[in-house]
Amino acid sequence: MSDEYENKKGYQAQSSESISSGGGGSGTVSDADYVRPAEIPEQDLYHGHSFITKWVFCQDAKVIGVQYFLLATFTGIIGLILSWLMRLQLGFPEAAGFMTAEHYYQFVTMHGMIMVVYFLTALFLGGFGNYLIPLMVGARDMVFPYLNMVSFWMFFIAVVVLLASFFVPGGPTGAGWTLYPPQTILEGTPGSGMGILLMCISLILFVAGFTMGGLNYLITVLQARTRGMTLMRMPLTVWGIFTATVLAMLAFPALLVGALMMTLDKVLGTSFFMPTILQAGEVLEYGGGSPILFQHLFWFFGHPEVYIVALPAFGIISDLISVHSRKNIFGYRMMVWAIVGIGALSFFVWAHHMYVSGMNPWFGFFFATTTLIIAIPTAMKVYNWVLTLWRGNIRLNVVMLWCLGFIITFVNGGITGIFLGNVSVDVPLSDTYFVIAHFHMVMGIAPLMVIMGAVYHWFPLVAGRFLDETLGKWHFWLTFLGAYSIYFPMHYLGFIGVPRRYFEMYDSPYVTSAVGMNEFISMAAFIVGAAQFILIFNIIKTLKIGKPAGHNPWQANSLEWLTPTVPPEHGNWGEKLPVVHRWPYDFSVPGAKEDFITQTTPPSEVAETEVEKT
Amino acid sequence: MHPGIIFFLVILGSVLFHIFTPWYWTDIASNWGGMDDTITLTFWVGGGVFVAVCLFMVYCVFKFSYKKDRRAEYKPDDKKLEKILTWATTLGVAALLAPGLIIWNQYVSVPKNALEVDVMAWQWGWQYRLPGEDGKLGTTQVININDNNPFGINLDDPYGKDDVLIQSDVINLENNQPVKILLRSVDVLHNWYVPQFRAKMDAVPGVVTYYWFEPNKIGKYEVLCAEYCGVGHYAMRGSVEVQSTENYNNWISEQETFNDLIAKKKNIEFENKKIVKNNNFLLNKETYKEE
Repeated sequence: MSDEYENKKGYQAQSSESISSGGGGSGTVSDADYVRPAEIPEQDLYHGHSFITKWVFCQDAKVIGVQYFLLATFTGIIGLILSWLMRLQLGFPEAAGFMTAEHYYQFVTMHGMIMVVYFLTALFLGGFGNYLIPLMVGARDMVFPYLNMVSFWMFFIAVVVLLASFFVPGGPTGAGWTLYPPQTILEGTPGSGMGILLMCISLILFVAGFTMGGLNYLITVLQARTRGMTLMRMPLTVWGIFTATVLAMLAFPALLVGALMMTLDKVLGTSFFMPTILQAGEVLEYGGGSPILFQHLFWFFGHPEVYIVALPAFGIISDLISVHSRKNIFGYRMMVWAIVGIGALSFFVWAHHMYVSGMNPWFGFFFATTTLIIAIPTAMKVYNWVLTLWRGNIRLNVVMLWCLGFIITFVNGGITGIFLGNVSVDVPLSDTYFVIAHFHMVMGIAPLMVIMGAVYHWFPLVAGRFLDETLGKWHFWLTFLGAYSIYFPMHYLGFIGVPRRYFEMYDSPYVTSAVGMNEFISMAAFIVGAAQFILIFNIIKTLKIGKPAGHNPWQANSLEWLTPTVPPEHGNWGEKLPVVHRWPYDFSVPGAKEDFITQTTPPSEVAETEVEKT
Repeated sequence: MHPGIIFFLVILGSVLFHIFTPWYWTDIASNWGGMDDTITLTFWVGGGVFVAVCLFMVYCVFKFSYKKDRRAEYKPDDKKLEKILTWATTLGVAALLAPGLIIWNQYVSVPKNALEVDVMAWQWGWQYRLPGEDGKLGTTQVININDNNPFGINLDDPYGKDDVLIQSDVINLENNQPVKILLRSVDVLHNWYVPQFRAKMDAVPGVVTYYWFEPNKIGKYEVLCAEYCGVGHYAMRGSVEVQSTENYNNWISEQETFNDLIAKKKNIEFENKKIVKNNNFLLNKETYKEE
């Protein structure tokens, strides 16, 4: 045990020095550069020594972030393959002769659940959150590294349980990702035996593991920021992930109790969600429960969940656009308040998923109003992104392409959200392909654009090498144009009335006109899916022969690029923690030598410039 | 090619697709034209914002692409511009919300002269019940459902006896007669949806939900289940025929009432009992012989 703490002395010496000197520990400090001293001395970290403690049961947030990223990507690829199978059935049913309706519904369900929870949520919060939060706020690690490790391994077990359901009798649940009872646990739905049970258990494990990680993110942001890193100097990425984590802490419990109650209904025969039911001529031993209660619980989780994915994406894209436009993000304060406001409002809009669910119809007025109000801060964010481009100095590299692709797909998906949020307009469109097109555009493709942009942006930090730009451009254009041609026309299938979750359309007079379109969409889906393997190839190639990136290759300002080593080592900052003097968006300041001023640059060094105090 | 050109073509393509799409609304056959109008309005406002924001983005990409000797503008805030944009957006959103809420108000306020139609759903099919001469539907319970009482009507409810029972997935409606669809399900969630009528609502086991519309175009329409209800969901179809008043009256006079059904079942039961008695008699005889 003793040698695990060998570095302790170094950290303690440094921290006591900073407490006493109050400056940057650099002897003479001008008044302008004064930063409040640290309030508590540093704690030491656990340092892994064996392969297992360094790379498997590792407590370094950066490694945990990469682990989350890889496992989420792995499940994401499974989700992608399932979507291929679905599109094969929808576009070319003759070629998918092996697929029964049972299979189809199981694939639909697992695709949805995997992509929303096990891919997007885990990737944004577990992946980017773990890697970036400590680096961006100037901490050495998350505040509870051990808990953080357990969080990942809980996620790992949750994924194992989820995937195990493919191999149990009856297969995985085919109840749709919304898992609406009563059908979820009744005979008429595939996987209503072991499948749904494993799904509920997996979700419960996921929520438990995720809570451990989430508490870490929150407390790290609130308590472990380095000196000078005020809340209003944090990069928007951290604001986005932080707010999303607050939402997750409040929303996931609703899913947890929903899954628990459903498990009880299934295993013990309670009737939380089960009214009197007649099936195959027999009255089942249930009675008095409410199926709509589950929908309220599910969407009380489910709608904030949309923002749990969207807010980190908003934050990340803001930073990417700012860095690669060489311009400060337009209206930083407005952006922060928009993130917080959207987060708060997201708890008052859940029933817009339920306008035609049979809940009291008078709720419609309230939820339509709140839903359209949330469009206002969201629109402000969009304006601020494009206004950041305005009069910028835009590098049209692969990262920026993903950002531009994000703006187009997000605005498109956001506006179709106004259709669906506006209660009476939702009536003809709900449960049609319009809904599928809308949510894939806004919370499938748009966040994916952000993820990809972020991968190309931060890969030089994580691996020390640039990803190949040419391959990156192929990857971008195939994905963007392909995904857009999947989902843009799909809205119009919704207009002709094609309902979602149909195994096949057959002979409806107005639906047959959609056959050609379905084939086209399926072809596009195959191409977009295949295009993602370009990235995998690019990563493998780059790790072997990529161009070395060196320090701060994008000339960014935020702390993660300012570590003494690239890639950053365990503990991130070497001997001394960085001291922050400004926000991360001082780009192109008139009078400055370079077009960027890093967050650690003290005011005395840039006294000649027109930099504003932040 | 400059990426701005491709982005521009994507936006142009989206607009052209919208104008020339062969895939659009089915011809409306109910009173809910207001929903279509609100959607058209939302397309103008929302589509306008989409095109404006994206074209502005494309303009920026052309105009401000990277030059080594140029610097971006340094201006952390523009309070005035932000204020203008916030208010303009609020106004636009309010303009879309208002018609949406007005039509929703109509949607949840059923006219007094609406004919009540009981739509009963199960895995996987539909059947219908219309009020008889008393103009009222009898109350029902799932546990009452059996071969003699396929709708589960409460036997002690006097309103139930003359109800018209349609044990078929085809129902006729009278043109220009508002109907209040009362939805119930005996097992899982379903949703009785006719695209041409625009309206829909889930059928939820344990409660009766409703919506209303007024069919205004004679013709035959397909009914789709619009809420996932298990493996037979996609095959859960039915149809509606909107008829002129004369044809409708002819059709309804041919339908069976609950009283008719009870009488018929009693007859059958009586016949069955006779057969059973005979059989028993024969059976006894045979046994006797064998012994």
